[in-house]
Amino acid sequence: MTGPDEERGPDDEIRGAPRIPAPRPAPDDWADLSAAPSAQTQPPETGTEPGMSPDPLADLDAYPAPDVPADLPADPSADLTQDLPADLAPEVPADLPADPSADLPRDLAPDLPADQPRDLAPDRLADQPRDLAADPPADTPPDPPAVARPSAPPDSRTPVERAAGDHAAEVTPRVPHSVLKSLLGAWALSACSAEETCAVEDHLTECAPCADEALRLRDAVGLLHSERDLDLDPLLRSRVLENCLGRRPARIPVPSWATPYDSETARLDALLRDIGDAEWHAPVRLKWFEGERQVSRRTTVAGVMGHLLPVDGLVATALGLDDPLATGPASKAPASFPPQSPAERTEAYWNGAYHPPTRKVRAPWRDQSHTLIRTVSFAGRGVAELSVPYGDFALPLRDSLLDRAFECWVHADDIANAVDYPYDPPSGAHLHGMVDLAARLLPAALADRRRTGLAAPAKQLVTAGSPGRTLHLEVEGSGGGHWYISLDSPAAVGSPEHTVAQVALDGVEFCQLVAGHVSPEEAAAGQDGDREAIRDVLFAAASLSRL
Amino acid sequence: MAKDTPPRWDRRMQQRLARGEAAALGELYDRFASLVHSLAHRVLDDEAAADQVTREVFGYIWENPDAYDPKQGNLRSWVAKLTQRQAVHRLRQAEAEVYEETGEGSAEELEQKVRRASVAARADYIVTSMPAPLRAALELAYFQRRDYRQTAADLGVTEDEARRRLRLGLQLLSTANTRSLEGSPPGYGRTL
Repeated sequence: MTGPDEERGPDDEIRGAPRIPAPRPAPDDWADLSAAPSAQTQPPETGTEPGMSPDPLADLDAYPAPDVPADLPADPSADLTQDLPADLAPEVPADLPADPSADLPRDLAPDLPADQPRDLAPDRLADQPRDLAADPPADTPPDPPAVARPSAPPDSRTPVERAAGDHAAEVTPRVPHSVLKSLLGAWALSACSAEETCAVEDHLTECAPCADEALRLRDAVGLLHSERDLDLDPLLRSRVLENCLGRRPARIPVPSWATPYDSETARLDALLRDIGDAEWHAPVRLKWFEGERQVSRRTTVAGVMGHLLPVDGLVATALGLDDPLATGPASKAPASFPPQSPAERTEAYWNGAYHPPTRKVRAPWRDQSHTLIRTVSFAGRGVAELSVPYGDFALPLRDSLLDRAFECWVHADDIANAVDYPYDPPSGAHLHGMVDLAARLLPAALADRRRTGLAAPAKQLVTAGSPGRTLHLEVEGSGGGHWYISLDSPAAVGSPEHTVAQVALDGVEFCQLVAGHVSPEEAAAGQDGDREAIRDVLFAAASLSRL
Repeated sequence: MAKDTPPRWDRRMQQRLARGEAAALGELYDRFASLVHSLAHRVLDDEAAADQVTREVFGYIWENPDAYDPKQGNLRSWVAKLTQRQAVHRLRQAEAEVYEETGEGSAEELEQKVRRASVAARADYIVTSMPAPLRAALELAYFQRRDYRQTAADLGVTEDEARRRLRLGLQLLSTANTRSLEGSPPGYGRTL
């Protein structure tokens, strides 16, 4: 392959000055231009980065940082600086090209009234009849093809007479040049009225600078593309991070027990990035399980985030970080404020928020999750056992973050359903951790229900630490495995030898059950053995759900 | 979100990466992965190749956080430059392999392909980096097919302002395309 040493490498082709003159600045632009530095600033060449493939042809300077106008590729339209409203204008680009159109005949200056150039340059008119559309001479550039010009009727006037008269006759009322010029963007996008389109296209046949700009803008429209950017494969994140950490191990790693939370919050955030403003108000029904039945609560996508934010905030407060309820809109504090139970915190946030919640809730939620991950990375090993209070129970931080990862997935799935997006379950390893957490919580949940009469009494008294009656929970699919649930006491040990019942179900199905999204009766579970034990365990699993 | 990045965020990120903080790497990915992947995809038009470039670009940044010079521009534009360079490198490599195997293609065709891909990638970058009011106007007029009067109403600005934003947005975008003007005769020679 040759390439670089061809007559013109793509390098200078991209960066180089255009061969045709850039549109001449209108007279009203000149003052600004003369004030701008005229020298060409060649942006400093970034050296070849070691380790990256050197590619002398890639145009490093072609990426304008919007806040660094000096990087703008040569040939920003000369009008740009003048026209940018103060709130949009970055600064005057330092590298405005030396005006390549300075030697254009004056009659092309766009802002002159259309009939004036003709007076100034009669000789041009002599060899370039105005009605080009009728019969363009071979050596005259043709009209832009998109221009549908009404064909001129036979006319006995001289070119000069015609020049002076016909335009006014065709376009009535006459649109000022400045307006036509301002319409070029809308015209290129086919976003103006039929009359305006005609007026602009007619104008393009007689105004070279506008015609030139019109071409450039039409070309630019071709660079817009409607195909939605493909959603990133959510698994790519872990592959990319793994690859990085393989190349250079982290000095401050994210603890492995925090990675499910890291992954799930990243996945949800990517979903949120892709949904439109209106979708934030899509209705969502939050479902969970209380006592013997499923309950639900209506909210919106933004409302769901207004649930995750304050409940994640429990972990933040346990780590000594700011409580979003204490700093947020809900901070009118009674003595018991902020509350500790997830439900109360959610209500407090919803009540205190300026209704209705909008997509604005995304940034604080994301900032908080990033801060949590960062904080636990620096906190040292002991932090994994830090107790996170949830009101009537507590979890060690490592389980608490796993629980938050689980909630994040469950509610991301709620959101995805509400806005009709596909959403996958967590990776097998993370799913396994979530199932494991639920399985570990089951004996206590069972004992809880037993105390309130919702589950059958214990059949045996078991000494703490000894094996007792056991339910074998077999979870199938990615992230699955075998768990042995102690039935008679949380202090007893589940054991394969003491199995009195077996339940088999898919990992995602089990998580749906634990989330209160499917009822214990409906959970598609293979069952074998003691029916009462199975029923109690399935209901206990559902009772792990909450708002 | 990214365009509001204060330079302080960029410098802080650089320090955190240099310190070897994995959490910072995750945040870097969350902020720039879609930019990197879409630019790479624009150049290479291949999902697996874009994944590969994404891995390489983040791997490079993680290993060489000091290569970023805040004085040269913001982190986002640096990441975009790295991405385009790496994607173009991969494109050349892939095309060279095809040439080796089949004898198809020529240096000239390759250059043309590289050029088109670079312009397209640059255009994407410009669209995502231009001032939000300009992008919003283009979004309405092009993707939602609103005319400029509707665009003005949607944005709550005057019709003059809507026309101006559409024109400016396209002018900015056209800077990605300066090359394509060069080969054509002055003014008119091209199809619209």
